[in-house]
Amino acid sequence: MRNAFAEEILKLALEDPRVVVLSGDIGNRLFDKFKSAMPGRFYNCGIAEANMVSMAAGLSSCGLRPVCYTITPFVTTRCLEQIKLDVCYHRMPVTIVGTGSGISYASLGATHHSFEDIAALRVLPGINVVAPADAPELRAALRWVFTQTEPAYLRIGKKGEPICTDPVLPFAPAKWHCLRSGSDASFLSCGTILQEVLAAAELLAVDGVSVGVWNCACVKPLDNAALESLPCVPVFTVEEHSILGGFGSSVAEYFSARSSSPRLIRCGIPDRFLHDCGEQKEARIHCELDAQGLASRVMNTINRPNSPPDFLSFP
Amino acid sequence: MMASDDSLDLIARRIRHRLVQMSHEAQSAHLGGALSCVDLLVALYWEVLSIDPSHPDDPSRDRLIFSKGHAVSALYTALAFRGFFDPEKLNQYNRTGSGLPEQPSPGCAPGVEWATGSLGHGLGVGLGMALASAINKIPYSTYVLLSDGECQEGSVWEAAMLAPRLNLGQLTVMVDFNGWQATGRSREIMQMEPLVEKWKAFGWDAAEVDGHDISSLLEELKRPSNGSPKAIIARTTKGKGISFIEDDNNWHYRSPSQEEVQRAADELGTSEIV
Repeated sequence: MRNAFAEEILKLALEDPRVVVLSGDIGNRLFDKFKSAMPGRFYNCGIAEANMVSMAAGLSSCGLRPVCYTITPFVTTRCLEQIKLDVCYHRMPVTIVGTGSGISYASLGATHHSFEDIAALRVLPGINVVAPADAPELRAALRWVFTQTEPAYLRIGKKGEPICTDPVLPFAPAKWHCLRSGSDASFLSCGTILQEVLAAAELLAVDGVSVGVWNCACVKPLDNAALESLPCVPVFTVEEHSILGGFGSSVAEYFSARSSSPRLIRCGIPDRFLHDCGEQKEARIHCELDAQGLASRVMNTINRPNSPPDFLSFP
Repeated sequence: MMASDDSLDLIARRIRHRLVQMSHEAQSAHLGGALSCVDLLVALYWEVLSIDPSHPDDPSRDRLIFSKGHAVSALYTALAFRGFFDPEKLNQYNRTGSGLPEQPSPGCAPGVEWATGSLGHGLGVGLGMALASAINKIPYSTYVLLSDGECQEGSVWEAAMLAPRLNLGQLTVMVDFNGWQATGRSREIMQMEPLVEKWKAFGWDAAEVDGHDISSLLEELKRPSNGSPKAIIARTTKGKGISFIEDDNNWHYRSPSQEEVQRAADELGTSEIV
C-alpha cells in the first residue's frame, strides 16, 4: 500500500499545486519520483514527528495541503498533542498517513506496533479516520481527502496486501460496502484485515454458516445506516487494533444507545503488548485474526450463545 | 510606522497599566509574564511587523505567533492599541463569550495568529508558516515569541534543529527570558544557560539583547540575518515596569487589588491617559 500511496500522492500533487509531502525520514526511495518532479514540495522533516505535524498545521494555515507520512505509531500517538491542538483544534486540512499499521511490522515488537492509534485519534473532534482495505481503496480515499477541508487520518498497511475491494464502488465518508450477505452473523471488517475476513466467511459457508461481510474503511464517521441495516444476529468487528477503544468499540458505543442491538464481539489485538510473535501472518494466528481463527470465533459464539465473551480469556 | 522612542515608551507604559487593570478586573493570572514581554511587542507591532490592522488576514502579512499563550493578555492589549480591534473590548477580557479568553482560542480576535497555551507548539507552526512563504512565493516574515521556560519543551528543539536546514532566513524567534517559570527560577529547574549558545549551536543567527531597551531590540530585529533564521534572546524582568511586581514570582499567579492598580498607574505615570 505504501507504493500505492507514493504513486497516488504524486498524481495528486501534479494536479493540485497545494499538495506538500512531509516525511519523517522514512520511505527509502519511495518518494524519489516525487522529489524529482517537485523538489520544492517534498520535505524530509527528520526524526522529529511532533514538529512535522506542527509544521503541517502552519503550512495548511497558509492554504497548502500537507500530508505527514511515517510509520503509524510515530505519526499518531507520538505526536498526539500536536494533532489535537495544531491540527484538530484549528481545523486545519492536514492529512496524517500512518504506514505499517497494526501488526504490519509484527516482528519488530511494540515499538512499531499500532494498537491504539484509532482509539487515540477518533476521539479528537473533527477528524476523519479511514482505514482502507487495499491499494485501490487507499487511492480512492486519498483522492477524497483532497476534496474536503477537514483533518484526516489514513491508516494504511505496508506491502503485499491483496486486492479485496470492488474497484467500481466509490469511496465516500461514512459509507461502508456490503461485500457479502449473510443471515447467521455479520463481519464488520476495518482495514487490511479484510482478506482474512473474506476467507473466514468462505470457511464458514463450507460449514453451512452464512456470514455477511462489510468493508468498513471509514471509522469516523461511522456508517449509521449500515449499522441500522444489520440483521439481528451476532456482529463481529475485526481490526488489527486493540479490542479496547478502536473500531469495534466505536460500533459498541453506537449499539449501546439503542434499545436493542445484536450481540457484538470485538475481534482484534488483546489487551497486552505483543512480542516474539513472528511476522504478520503468525501474529494474526496468535490473535485469532486469521481466517481460521475468525471462523472459530464465529462458530463458538453461535454454538454457545450464552457463554461469556471468549476474548476475555486471552492469556 | 515610525514612532519616536518617547512615544514607544509611552505606548509600553500604557499597555502595562492596562494589563494591571485587566488582571485585577478579570482576576486572572500570569501578569508577571505578560509585563515582561511588553517591550518586545511594542517593538514588533509599532516598528517591525508589516501588518495592516484593517486587514488582519492579508496573505502577505507578517506573522507573529505568541507562543507563550498564558501571557496572551499582553498580545490582546498590543493588538487593541495597534488598531486591530476596539480597546473597549479589553474590558471583556476573560469573560465567557468575550472573544478574549484567558488563553487564546482559534481566531478568537483579529490579529491572534494561533491558539497557544500549551507551550512548545508555536515554533513548529511558525516554521510551517515561514516555509509556506517560500512555497507560495508570497514574501513575508514570521516571528515566534517564546518564553524561557518554554525552551524546556523538546518540541522547540525539534523545530530549532530543522529550521536552519530549510534556509528560512525570514523566521525570527524572540525569547522573553525573564528567568522565571511557574514554580521557580528557570535556571534552577533546568540547565537553561547558556541559552544564546544553545541557539547558535543549533545553527541559528542568535544574539542577546536587553529586552526592555526598545532601541536595542529594534536594532537587533532590523539587522539582516546571516542567512540563518534569527534567535533574539531578550533578557527581561518578570513584572517589568511596576516596582512591587518586578522579579516577584508570586505575580505569576496572583492578581492585583484596586489599590495596587492605582499604585501601578502612579508609578507608570499613566493615570490620566489610559
